[in-house]
Amino acid sequence: MDVRSQVAMVIHLDKCIGCHSCSVACKNLWTEREGSEYMWWNNVETKPGTGYPTRWEDQESYRGGWKETDQKLALRSTSKSKIVSNIFHNPAQPSIDDYYEPWTYQYRELFGAPEGDDQPGARPVSLLTGEPLDVAAGPNWDDDLGGSQVYAAHDPNLYALTAEERAQMMTVERLALFYLPRVCNHCLNPSCVASCPSGALYKRGEDGIVLQNQDRCRAWRSCISACPYKKTYYNWSAGKSEKCILCFPQLETGQAPACFHGCVGRSRFLGTLLYDAERIPRAATSASHDLVQAQRDLILDADDPQVVAAAKESGIPQGVLESARRSPVRRFVKEWKLALPLHAEWRTLPMLFYVPPLLPVMSSRRGDVVRNEVEGLFGGLDEARAPLAYLGALFAAGNLGQLRYALEKQLALRLWRRHVTVGDLSKAQAEEALAAADCDPEEAQAIHTLVTTAGYTERFALPPFQREMAIEMLGDPHTHSSDAGFGRRVAPKRSCGGGRRRAGSLESSARVPRGGDRSHPGGGGDPRTRSPRARGGAASALRLRRHPPRGMSGGALHAHLRRQRRARAGGGVAPPRGEPLPGSLPGAHARAPARARPGRGGGAARPPHEPPLPPGTRRRRAGPGARSGGPAPGPVEDRGGLRGPLQPVPRGDRRPGATARPRGGRR
Amino acid sequence: MSDHFLFAVLPYVSVTVFLAMTIRRYQARTSTYSALSSQFLENRQHFWGSIPFHYGLLVVLAGHLVAFLLPDAILGWNAAPLRLVLLEITALAMAILALVGLVCIAVRGLRYPLARRVTNAGDWFIYCGLGLQIGLGIWIAIAHGWGSSWFATSMAPWLWSLVKLHPDVSYVAPMPLAVKLHIINAFLIIGILPFTRLVHVLVVPNPYLWRRAQVVLWNRDPKGPRAAK
Repeated sequence: MDVRSQVAMVIHLDKCIGCHSCSVACKNLWTEREGSEYMWWNNVETKPGTGYPTRWEDQESYRGGWKETDQKLALRSTSKSKIVSNIFHNPAQPSIDDYYEPWTYQYRELFGAPEGDDQPGARPVSLLTGEPLDVAAGPNWDDDLGGSQVYAAHDPNLYALTAEERAQMMTVERLALFYLPRVCNHCLNPSCVASCPSGALYKRGEDGIVLQNQDRCRAWRSCISACPYKKTYYNWSAGKSEKCILCFPQLETGQAPACFHGCVGRSRFLGTLLYDAERIPRAATSASHDLVQAQRDLILDADDPQVVAAAKESGIPQGVLESARRSPVRRFVKEWKLALPLHAEWRTLPMLFYVPPLLPVMSSRRGDVVRNEVEGLFGGLDEARAPLAYLGALFAAGNLGQLRYALEKQLALRLWRRHVTVGDLSKAQAEEALAAADCDPEEAQAIHTLVTTAGYTERFALPPFQREMAIEMLGDPHTHSSDAGFGRRVAPKRSCGGGRRRAGSLESSARVPRGGDRSHPGGGGDPRTRSPRARGGAASALRLRRHPPRGMSGGALHAHLRRQRRARAGGGVAPPRGEPLPGSLPGAHARAPARARPGRGGGAARPPHEPPLPPGTRRRRAGPGARSGGPAPGPVEDRGGLRGPLQPVPRGDRRPGATARPRGGRR
Repeated sequence: MSDHFLFAVLPYVSVTVFLAMTIRRYQARTSTYSALSSQFLENRQHFWGSIPFHYGLLVVLAGHLVAFLLPDAILGWNAAPLRLVLLEITALAMAILALVGLVCIAVRGLRYPLARRVTNAGDWFIYCGLGLQIGLGIWIAIAHGWGSSWFATSMAPWLWSLVKLHPDVSYVAPMPLAVKLHIINAFLIIGILPFTRLVHVLVVPNPYLWRRAQVVLWNRDPKGPRAAK
C-alpha cells in the first residue's frame, strides 16, 4: 500500500446560488495580468448550458481526458508518436473564440464627456487589441439559462436523454437549472501532467496539488487540449500555460483558497483524503459503470489502524493523518456517499466532488390552472425537473444507481428535518424514509449540521502543511522559488503590435478618435467606415453553432459543429458588419442606425456625399447595408449600446448579440 | 582578406556568441525559453503556416547535417543519376514548402489583428532572416544545381576545417555569390538565435519519449530518513 494524501474538495450544488463570489475572488487574486484576462480558474456555469469554454464537455472536438482500451489508458489528444506534429499545430487546441475575447470599457469617454444632448457612455474595447469590440459573448453568457434554445439545447450532456425527455426538459413549466462551480480538479490521474512534452506540470507529493513549473513550460500547449475540464489555460502574452494552484500559498499558511473562503453560500468543503496510489491504474481502467465506486474505493479510511500504520510507513506526518480523520470531504465522499465526481468517464480521477442537486417538481401549470403534481411532500426523484439521466451523465458516468443513492438520501434528510422542525411528519415516517435511503437519524443530523451550521474549521479541515518550514530546513528557499507554480523571477515579455495599455483605468485604452465628434461619447467618425471586424468570441461560435439542420443528432451534429468551427474566419476577419453570419437569422446584426451629427467636428461624422445639415437636425441612415464599407483608416465606432432606453427585443429576435436595443433609431 | 574574415572568423564569432548567450539566457532567464505559440489567438491559418514551415525546414536542415557528417555516403548515393535527381527534387520541394509556410506565417502576422498583436520586431527580424536564407537556398538549388554533390566535396571539407580549427578558405573562395551569401546569412542567424524566440529549437521535448506518464514531486524523499516513523 502506497498511502498518499490529497487535498480534496466538495461543492454542494443545492447550496450554490450562482453568485460568482468564488469566481471574482479568484479573478482578483490570480488572473488580472496581461494575457490571463480571459481565464477564469474558477467559473460558475448554469446547467443545462454550454459552459465555458463553449461546449467544453464535447470531447469529440476537444479530445480531452483518457480513453480506455483493453485495460490500457491512452490520452485522447496526444501520444508519444503524435507529439511532434502536435507541437507544430495542435488540432484539438481551443482558441480564444472558444472562450471569449476579453474587453473593457472606455471609461475616459464616459467620465470626460463634455456636456451635450446625449447620454454619455463607454464603448467596449478589446483587452487584446484595444480595438472596439462588438461584445457578443462572455464567460458566463448563458447564466440562468439565457435563451435556452440556444444554450441549454446545446448542452453536450443531453445525449443521455431520449428525445421525449429532452423536449420535456425544455418546456417552460419544467425548466430546471442549477449552478456548477468549476475549478481545477487536482486529479489523481491528471491528463494535463501526462501530456506535457516538457514535463512542466507535476503533482505535489505532499498534498496532491497539480502545479505547473513556469520555467519549464515551453508553450507546446498539450495540456490545454489534454485537460477534459479545460482548466489549464494558455497565457498568450507570456507564452506559458497557467492553471489553478488551489491557492497553495494560502493553504500553506492555514487559510482556505480564495474561492472557498469567499463562498457566501457555504457550499464548499475542503479536506484531506488518504488514498492508495498503487490502486490508481486499476481504478482508472475500470468499466465506466464502476468508475465512481472504484474511485471511492481508492480512498482509505483514516480511522483504520492498518491504514494508519501504512500511512506512517509511507511518510505521512501525524498532523496530516489527524486532518484526514476530521476531513468533511471524506465524510461526503466515502462515508455518506453523497458527493460524486464530475465526468468520471474521462478517467482522470478528479478530486473535486459534487453533491448533486435535488430539483423536485412542486407544481405544474396547465393553462391558467396551477396544479400540485406530486404525491407526498416533495415528490419522487423520477418526477424531478432535471431528469436523472441528465444528472447521471454529469456526475455518475451513467451509473444512475450511484446518483439515485445520493439523491434519495438527500430527500430522506429533508423529510427527517421536516419531522424535526415542522412536525407534520411522524417520527416513524421520517425514520422509515431515512432507513429506505440507507441513513439513520445520527447520520442525518451529522449531514445536516455540516451543510447548514458548520463553521470555518469544520468546512475547511486544512492539513498542517508547514511546507515552507520544511523546505527551509532542507535548503535555501529561494532555489525552490521557481519550482512551484508562479515563482517566476524574470517575467517573459512580449511586445505588442496593438495599441493596448493596461486597461480598466481611466487612462485606458483604445485610440481616441482624432478630429472626431467628441461631443459624442462614442467618438466620431464616419459610420460607414466602421471596421469590418466584429469579433464575438464564444458567441460568434455559438451564432455559428446555432440551428444545425433539424433532425441531426449525435455524430452528425458533432460533425456539423466541427465543420462550422472550421469555417469560422480565423483571427478576426469576420463578415462585414450588417451581413449576417452564416447560420444566423436575417437581421441578427441589424442595430440602431448611427446618426451623423453635425456641429462640432461634424465634418468628420458626415458622409461626404450628403449635404451639410443645419444645426440641430439629425439624419437617419439607411439600413445596415450602408455601413458595410471598407476598413476604417480612422477610429472605429460602435455606439449601438449607448443609444436610447432599453427596449424589449421583438419576439423571434431573441438571441445573443441581439440585446435589447431600439431598432430603427430612437425617434 | 574579406573572405578570410567572413569564412574563417565570422563562423567562430557567431558560434561563440551562440554558445555563450544561450547558456547565459538559460541560466538567468530560463522562463524565456518558450515557443511563444500564437495558435491560441488564431487557429486556422496557423496550420497552413506552421506545419509546412517546420516540416520543410527540418528536412532541409537534416539534409545539410547528413551531408556535413557523411559526405562520402551522399556521394555514393548520388553516383546513380536517378537517385541524385530524386534527392535534389526532394530537397527543393521541401525548401519551397518551408518558404510557403514562412510566407503564410508572415501574412498571418500582418493580416489577423490578434496574431499581429503578438508579432514583435524580433519576430519580423527572424522572418526576414529565414526568408532570405530559404530564398537563397532555393535560388542556389535552381541556378547552381547538384548541390548535394558539391556540398559534399567542397562545403563539408570547409566545415570540417572549421571544426578542426584550421579554417581553409580556399574551399569557399571560388563559390558563387549566392552560396557565399547563404553561408554568411546562416552564421548570422546562428549568432542572433540566442536573442530571439528561435531558442525554442534548443528545448525540444525529448524527455517526453521516455518519462513516465505522471510526474510527482516531493519536498523530501517519501521513504527517506526524514519520513515520519
